[in-house]
Amino acid sequence: MTAIARTDNRQEVLAAARAELPVDIVAFIEDCRRQEHPESNLIAVLHRVQEHFGYLACEKLDAVAQLMNIPAAKVAGVATFYHYFRMQPRGKLMINVCMGTACYVKGAEKVVDRIREELGIDFGQTTTDGVFSLNSALCLGTCGLAPVVMINDEVHGKVTPDQVPALLEKAMLKARQSMEEA
Amino acid sequence: MPSNVMERYAALLAEAQGAGARQEAAGGIRIQIGSATCENAAGAGEVCDEFERHIRASGRTDIQIHRTGCTGRCSCEPIVGVFMPGQMPVKYQLVDRQKAHRIFASHVLEGTPVRDLILDADAGGIHKYEFFFCGAERCGRLLKRNFGEIFRDKLARTDVDPSTIGVVFTNCFGLCSDDQVGTATHVLVRPGKIIYRVTTEADLDEIIESHIRHDRPVDRLRISDHPVNQGFFDLYGDVSFFNLQTRLALRNSGVIDPESLQEYLACKGFLALARVLDRGDRLAVIDEITRSRLRGRGGGGYPTGMKWQLGHDAPGDVKYIICNADEGDPGAFMDRSMLEGDPFSVIEGMMIGGYAIGARQGFFYVRAEYPLAVRRIENAIRLLRGAGLLGENILGSDFSFDLDIRLGAGAFVCGEETALIRSIEGKRGQPRIRPPYPTQQGLFKKPTVINNVETFANIPVILQYGASWFHQIGTPDSGGTKVFALAGKVRHTGLVEVPMGSTLREIVFDIGGGVARNRQIKAVQTGGPAGGCIPAEQLDTPVDFDTLGRLGSIMGSGGMIVMDQDDCMVDIAKYFLTFTENESCGKCTPCREGTKRMLEILERITRGQGTPEDVPRLERLAKLVKKASLCGLGRAAPNPVLSTLRYYRQEYEAHVVEKRCPALRCVALVHYEISPEKCVGCTVCARNCPVTCISGQRRQPHVIDQLRCVKCGRCFEVCRFEAVARK
Ligand SMILES: Cc1cc2nc3c(=O)[nH]c(=O)nc-3n(C[C@H](O)[C@H](O)[C@H](O)COP(=O)(O)O)c2cc1C
Ligand code: SF4
Ligand code: SF4
Ligand code: SF4
Ligand code: FES
Repeated sequence: MTAIARTDNRQEVLAAARAELPVDIVAFIEDCRRQEHPESNLIAVLHRVQEHFGYLACEKLDAVAQLMNIPAAKVAGVATFYHYFRMQPRGKLMINVCMGTACYVKGAEKVVDRIREELGIDFGQTTTDGVFSLNSALCLGTCGLAPVVMINDEVHGKVTPDQVPALLEKAMLKARQSMEEA
Repeated sequence: MPSNVMERYAALLAEAQGAGARQEAAGGIRIQIGSATCENAAGAGEVCDEFERHIRASGRTDIQIHRTGCTGRCSCEPIVGVFMPGQMPVKYQLVDRQKAHRIFASHVLEGTPVRDLILDADAGGIHKYEFFFCGAERCGRLLKRNFGEIFRDKLARTDVDPSTIGVVFTNCFGLCSDDQVGTATHVLVRPGKIIYRVTTEADLDEIIESHIRHDRPVDRLRISDHPVNQGFFDLYGDVSFFNLQTRLALRNSGVIDPESLQEYLACKGFLALARVLDRGDRLAVIDEITRSRLRGRGGGGYPTGMKWQLGHDAPGDVKYIICNADEGDPGAFMDRSMLEGDPFSVIEGMMIGGYAIGARQGFFYVRAEYPLAVRRIENAIRLLRGAGLLGENILGSDFSFDLDIRLGAGAFVCGEETALIRSIEGKRGQPRIRPPYPTQQGLFKKPTVINNVETFANIPVILQYGASWFHQIGTPDSGGTKVFALAGKVRHTGLVEVPMGSTLREIVFDIGGGVARNRQIKAVQTGGPAGGCIPAEQLDTPVDFDTLGRLGSIMGSGGMIVMDQDDCMVDIAKYFLTFTENESCGKCTPCREGTKRMLEILERITRGQGTPEDVPRLERLAKLVKKASLCGLGRAAPNPVLSTLRYYRQEYEAHVVEKRCPALRCVALVHYEISPEKCVGCTVCARNCPVTCISGQRRQPHVIDQLRCVKCGRCFEVCRFEAVARK
């Protein structure tokens, strides 16, 4: 009996898992576990983790797996299935180019080409200085303004390739300002 | 048991109306600003701040800001409405900070509308009265002449200044109840939201004499109905983009504050639910929905009544109802707009569905990309729980029901119902073989009914106005309206709701204003990545599930992209295949491998490396994938290819045989040339070329070194003398 108790490190594992995550997410998980079908909240939990850390690091996925009592392989499987989840940290400025149908028809590809050219990165990549990440989005729901580029939360409509350098420049200045202020 | 449901409902309603009446009695000025994602993107938030600042600075307490959802007039956003007591509402388009300042100073403070900023300014000036005549086919069908025209003629013969009166022909208000159909015309007058039922010419004379000349409404002709479109037309009826629409699912979007339960209640919100609970007959509800011929708006078009019947009949105590708000079509945003503009309608529809099938729990499955929609649903659920409209024993009945939200995480395939169920269960969203259908074995292995947002939004209207009214609006097999997200090369982009069976031409030309920049329309793409391209020759096809299917496209969720002569059909097929290839979940081989290979062929063709055999090879593969895939994603993925092959085979052939892109869109197949006659040698192109492959002396014709040119098109865009040609 005592021998078994000594090999059971469940409590330490859980404590370590809790330490990986902010308290509100731990509380949310515990709340879910009290409900019916707790595992159905896995995606909601991953959303929260990503919102907090900006991406899903391996340790965080493990911690979620422990606390939710779901096999780590399953958690990783879910995290990698959905496009919304990122496994890598993102740049300070997230560029989302809409590649929805309306934007495509109105020339989004040319805008992307120009951004690629200016930053030297492709979709899903981050510049080496960690400033810009480039992503494609599918219909930001503002087709009337197509083609649309989002830089962090700011939406820029009717973008032409020639506006791209100025757009990036401005975003960079703004980011630098807010960094200096902080 | 005496009906205590209706009493409780009446109490809630009285409270809501009381609040509304107090507001109206205060007689203030109202500034209405949309606040959906798209309007915020266009700068509505900033405009709102600006107005707030002005109100504070003016020290006035009688000016209120009213934030509503979106009207769906995307290309003119942000739209601001100004409501002065007793005056016609005025709406302004493309408002920014500066325009807000002008509107406030001139209109709000001094009462002089700013004419040049008015939405669709050419629609006519500002009238004292406006008369909207129902121009739909049913109203007045048996009359020899249209009352609206007679009215206009009569008016011209009086001494009334014609510029003060507006006469507008609109689409159906939704008043055509059985007994009047054919012999009466309905007229909505604003300001005042008065509705007349006109049956004789003498009625028109009396309206002119009394209402126009003496400002006394003709009580004799007034009817007390509140047709479904009254609120909407009262606000937007003067704009042709809107007045040719019939707004059922979108009836409250852009009219009410989506965060206020009271406003929803005041427009007859939850009346349908209260009546259903009062009557307590589940099968009667299902029967009404069946007779309305409502078909699912999520794309499949499955009859909703039938689905509910299956859900109802499935054995078991625990059942679920799910609202599919995954809206993955990359050019569609009507579900988002409905959830942001009128979440209560969708919830009411869901509750009625839940009641009908015997579910106690419902789930919203919403795209993570729609944070505002999620916030609005959360807010609505909170308010409803507070008002006793969600929870135990709703309105004192034996119906208990609650709602939960689950977020998607960016996987298109999760819109497919079996994948969606897995995703709610917290798993990878991969579809499974049906049967068993979700109505037999769905969420957590319990019977589950899944419907689309728009399907649910229609339910309360059907139950309020009746199944026969609803099915009259559509075609014989398919009742009601459909909302389309109109975009692409069309002049007015936005949300368009029209009766089933309207033609593409009506949607694109009458409402959408035709093709932008006066280009030629080439095709209309419907149904997103699962749909196809319908060529311009077929524009007169009435739109419903079956006709679009016969044309090789689908209705889908309602994306509608207009394409002009600059769009290459091979490129469009490639675009959609890129999408489906990326979204294929990988579970079954035909779709996983097939989409990849089709995409490779298409890429080859657009790069100019295709061979003549590639076209039949592509076609064979497309047919195979269509037949052999497991779920709807794979089965529909070939549609963009097959439909373009069907109508534009010669374009494919031009690419592979002549190595030419007729639309001049495929970069690898075009080149740029400078015409020595037109070039004035301004050097602009040479300075802009990223690879400096343009040479020439100042004031001498320039030349492009074709070998070094990367075909970026910059020279074509910057030359102001049209000397650069794309060939
Ligand atoms: C790949 C795929 C994606 C789908 N996406 C959606 C969607 O975004 N929204 C939706 O309501 N239905 C979608 N559907 C249809 C659903 O599977 C289901 O038929 C629908 O939600 C049923 O609701 P309805 O009967 O009200 O149309 C999709 C189907 C497939 C195969
Ligand atoms: S058809 Fe495509 S999306 Fe559907 S199950 Fe097969 S691989 Fe997955
Ligand atoms: S921009 Fe046009 S006109 Fe000027 S040098 Fe180039 S081709 Fe000639
Ligand atoms: S297309 Fe681009 S690369 Fe080619 S000549 Fe023009 S500017 Fe230079
Ligand atoms: S397609 Fe780009 S916003 Fe809709």
